[in-house]
Amino acid sequence: MSGTSAGGAEITYRDAVREALREVLQQDPRTFLMGEDVGRYGGCYAVSKGLLDEFGPERIRDTPLSEAGFVGAGIGAALGGMRPIVEVMTVNFSMLCLDQILNTAATIRHMSGGQFSVPLVIRMATGAGRQLAAQHSHSLENWYAHIPGIRVVAPATVTDARFMLRTALLDPDPVLIFEHVMLYNMTGSLDPAADPVDIDRAAVRRPGRDVTLITYGGSLWKTLVAATELAGQGIEAEVIDLRSLRPLDDATITASVRRTRRAVIVDEGWRSGSLAAEISARIVEQCFWSLDAPVGRVCSAEVPIPYPKHLEDAALPQTPAIVAAARSVVGR
Amino acid sequence: MSETSDPKVHLTRSHVRALYQEMLRIRRFEEKCAELYTQEKIRGFLHLYIGEEAIAVGVMQALQPLDAVVATYREHGHALARGIEMGRVMAEMLGRQDGCSRGHGGSMHIFDAATRFYGGNAIVGGGLPLAVGLALADRMQGRPQVTVCFFGEGAVAEGEFHESMNLAALWQLPVLFVCENNLYAMGTALAISESETDIHRKAESYRMPAAAVDGMDVVAVETAARRAVEAIRGGAGPVFLECRTYRFRAHSMFDAQLYRSKDEIEAWKAKCPIEHLRAWALQAGSLHAEDLTAVEADVLAELDAAVAFAEASPWEPVERLLADVMTPEAPS
Repeated sequence: MSGTSAGGAEITYRDAVREALREVLQQDPRTFLMGEDVGRYGGCYAVSKGLLDEFGPERIRDTPLSEAGFVGAGIGAALGGMRPIVEVMTVNFSMLCLDQILNTAATIRHMSGGQFSVPLVIRMATGAGRQLAAQHSHSLENWYAHIPGIRVVAPATVTDARFMLRTALLDPDPVLIFEHVMLYNMTGSLDPAADPVDIDRAAVRRPGRDVTLITYGGSLWKTLVAATELAGQGIEAEVIDLRSLRPLDDATITASVRRTRRAVIVDEGWRSGSLAAEISARIVEQCFWSLDAPVGRVCSAEVPIPYPKHLEDAALPQTPAIVAAARSVVGR
Repeated sequence: MSETSDPKVHLTRSHVRALYQEMLRIRRFEEKCAELYTQEKIRGFLHLYIGEEAIAVGVMQALQPLDAVVATYREHGHALARGIEMGRVMAEMLGRQDGCSRGHGGSMHIFDAATRFYGGNAIVGGGLPLAVGLALADRMQGRPQVTVCFFGEGAVAEGEFHESMNLAALWQLPVLFVCENNLYAMGTALAISESETDIHRKAESYRMPAAAVDGMDVVAVETAARRAVEAIRGGAGPVFLECRTYRFRAHSMFDAQLYRSKDEIEAWKAKCPIEHLRAWALQAGSLHAEDLTAVEADVLAELDAAVAFAEASPWEPVERLLADVMTPEAPS
């Protein structure tokens, strides 16, 4: 897999995230990284390797396995004037701190009548593809995108991995950053013009006139491969990378769909109650009279993600299914 | 609020009067709340602190203005004892715009930036990690502040309690944990929910100095809190106080109290912290009958003014429904 865009330096997604962390830690003494195995181990996905030596154990803070405890402590530290970056090893474990994220981080500003903001960044790995089975492979970012009071972003490119963090830290409210596990080893070129990046807008990663393919995170690259295949079959697909899952960039989505008159959403979450369902509803609400076909969805099968490779592959959105869904709505 | 860092309690006439007045303010405020509830001016849940006033009042004596407070959904007493204006607390009870949380939170979600009062947290155990984080922020920024975290004995069954005990002790953070042990988690008695009913021993197992205190004796609470805060400010790490107390009223306004006997309630009412202090002060000559009359008159005047202020306060305009969900963008 390659996240290449023309121009800048080659870097892996993992290194891009690490460089982003290093930059904010160097620039803002209020920032610190906290989470399980972020220090001595170097991060479960080796993202924070080397940062302990550079910044010391106060700012690269290993925690016990206490998701509710250290996420809540991150919220408290943010209220106390720090700019914490909390790493939750994977979204699957974040169920243990869902209480803190939902009932505290997302609500305090409103409950306090606007007195307290929570400038906290939480990073989590998400997604399947490493044969980690049913308790380490799910894509639950959609659940967080449901919650008013927080922002949810999903960097899919090395450029976004490199630059979204700083923008997130400037935000006075909680920002959740979802990093798909299959992207860490991906190499791409940094866009030299991308600093700073906004985290509100979706990006058109490939222009096209026949159908709009809407996706984010790890599914972006499968969708771009599908778009290339479709081009070979005479179908020009436009590919939108959502980047921000909350708020959703309705303007970019609807502008594209009104032009192409067809849409397929590719989402690694389960179909029922998925982000794809939400986007589909918005397209129908806002573009109904422009549509030439029902909105299509390619989502994960409704099964806990299985361990064996062939079953894991079968459970996830794959390029052939994306191609088929696009052809179906185009009618060719 | 005391400015002194002297850990001793000096029972001057003025201090005894202040303790008495603070407890009476809470008692009369909450009696009025119960009345306003029956008039349907206060709605939702209303959890009264009546019987437990000595704890909030005693502990607050030990704090300085920049110390932080984290409380629970039974926090009217803490808010008043911390120095939030009674009119603003009452306006919050009524859901009015001049409430300390603009009426967004009501009885369970009192917040006040000026006194560093961080809720009003109504998920049992949810405030503890927040207190850990506030203390971490103070420590990392080299500030001498202490964070006081109030919670009931019901919270000690929650994972967030144990995670927070561990984090605070592991990182030696400046937190005073105050467990208000009123023997019932809603309607479930301590003895049928905990294998270890001496709550402070749980904290000891985290290598945290911990003691049980008579929570019906305001002087005993103040003495213990002053010692604890002094030690914490001196760098001793967290301290735990288990204040043994009793809630005289029902859990909330919807509670028929089937789980405890009238005899038990009467036996505890005989230990009323306000009566206890009054009897002692009269006998010791610290207060005279005319002092008591004057205090009662002061409190009732303050209460009448608070109710009038709250009832005159406007409702939050519906146009502001979403205004405090996210922080508005700062003008650039």
